[in-house]
Amino acid sequence: MTQKILAAAAGLEKVEAGQLIEANLDLVLGNDITSPVAIKEMDKFKVKGVFDKDKIALVPDHFVPNKDIKSAEHCKCVREFARKNEITNYFEVGEMGIEHALLPEKGLTVAGDVIIGADSHTCTYGALGAFSTGVGSTDMAAGMATGKAWFKVPSAIRFRLTGKPSKWIGGKDVILHIIGMIGVDGALYKSMEFTGDGITNLSMDDRFTIANMAIEAGGKNGIFPVDRLAKDYMKEHSKREYKIFEADEDAVYDEEYTIDLGALRPTVSFPHLPENAHTIDEIRQMDPIAVDQVVIGSCTNGRLDDLRTAARVLQGRHVAKGMRCIVIPATQAIYMQAMEEGLLRTFIEAGAVVSTPTCGPCLGGYMGILAEGERCVSTTNRNFVGRMGHVSSEIYLAGPAVAAASAVTGEISSPEDLGL
Amino acid sequence: MNAKGTVFKYGDNVDTDVIIPARYLNSSDPAELAAHCMEDIDGEFIKKVKKGDIIVANKNFGCGSSREHAPIAIKAAGVSCVIAETFARIFYRNAINIGLPIIECPEAGRGIDAGDEVEINFDTGVITDVTKGTSFQGQAFPEFMQKIIASEGLINYINNQ
Repeated sequence: MTQKILAAAAGLEKVEAGQLIEANLDLVLGNDITSPVAIKEMDKFKVKGVFDKDKIALVPDHFVPNKDIKSAEHCKCVREFARKNEITNYFEVGEMGIEHALLPEKGLTVAGDVIIGADSHTCTYGALGAFSTGVGSTDMAAGMATGKAWFKVPSAIRFRLTGKPSKWIGGKDVILHIIGMIGVDGALYKSMEFTGDGITNLSMDDRFTIANMAIEAGGKNGIFPVDRLAKDYMKEHSKREYKIFEADEDAVYDEEYTIDLGALRPTVSFPHLPENAHTIDEIRQMDPIAVDQVVIGSCTNGRLDDLRTAARVLQGRHVAKGMRCIVIPATQAIYMQAMEEGLLRTFIEAGAVVSTPTCGPCLGGYMGILAEGERCVSTTNRNFVGRMGHVSSEIYLAGPAVAAASAVTGEISSPEDLGL
Repeated sequence: MNAKGTVFKYGDNVDTDVIIPARYLNSSDPAELAAHCMEDIDGEFIKKVKKGDIIVANKNFGCGSSREHAPIAIKAAGVSCVIAETFARIFYRNAINIGLPIIECPEAGRGIDAGDEVEINFDTGVITDVTKGTSFQGQAFPEFMQKIIASEGLINYINNQ
């Protein structure tokens, strides 16, 4: 599927794994950390200006609202660049959101697109059947200037999803299970293609979560077929024409895995790699793991489904004494909807705090930094050493159901432990 | 083109958060980034590293975020080349784009130890461990990559064309 999209974008009939191609880009994305470096690089270009002011998205989301003077300078640099080049899709505080939740919501990413973003989780848009991948700032600069990027065509691994997930299982459990199975370099340089009739049992938000974490297995991209649900999503959010590409019946895969969604259990990845996945049943056999903080949010799990799941667990309950529970709706629209549905009230009554959209705590920026030896259950995507704060702090990655239940009990738990 | 230096050795999955922690990403100044390079896994690195030194690692070096600040920090710290069994793909691309030489060579990644003196010939791809008297065949840099590195990065290379 990926190969077909890349062939079309390169103007070729077909491409093969390993082939180097130059493809036209439908969107080039950057944030407040990566764009300033790209903008500095663009100044070096002899040819000035951007290739298409409508096909660049600049989303200051990592350290905004500005956390300190240096971040403020970075954001100013991005803002001025956007103004000077009349970038249509620049999102200021007040209209922004976490980039990978915001862009699909704004209809800027649709099936068949080729998208590069100077953020590793750009692979999220594969949930809509687009080819999207993370790059660095120099590639972003070259993309903004020329509208093109070179790629080595990846080979693919197929994950055939079957069955129906049980009540508290979401996209995060699926992808943590997969990364646990193949490892953090299990899909290195490759495309992760998700297929199978189980996909119909996954919401769009589940799929965004799964595609989002393809990079955590080393993948170049993650991609889903475009079904009715994906089409409905695009119709609702975008005016753009989408192009559907389908994998051939006899498509060649490097490896194939079958995953029965019905057999999955709530899954948690232990420090310090996303591949250290354990089911809740395994965790119950261990000594209790006490937790200081819970974060529910990020480009991985800050969408409406995630907040609804967390609220179902927190409804009528209170977070454990001494627990800091931080909830971050990923976009302003999600924030608003959560407010209308009463989810924010549920969180606040449960003793959680609700923040404006930001990537802040996920990468140890601000809004929930961990002290020495502290432990956090987080719905984010990385649990590397020092990722959320002190080098001796620990991050346990989980979905919103486990995160919310852990906030209530004060140790790693699932909603089942609350009788839910 | 050649490089020669002392080796700093690391294991599997050295991620971009330990190469340059995000708490320093409010800066994009190479010297400032270099001052914190590797500090979360090796506090001694920045005190000991000399111009020309070489990083050798095992699998999946540079996994994690797309921050170009990671290869920028390594390059600005004076490192002349990174050798690893495998690299994460975004790091690989970024390193080439900013003109930091990197070589994927599983045997060298496994066979070279910390403190070894290593010489690299970029034209032939031959990596020599002078201390041990062993050598490894890495991939030679194609001409265009050598030019990108000589131009100190992709943008200058494009401008020079």
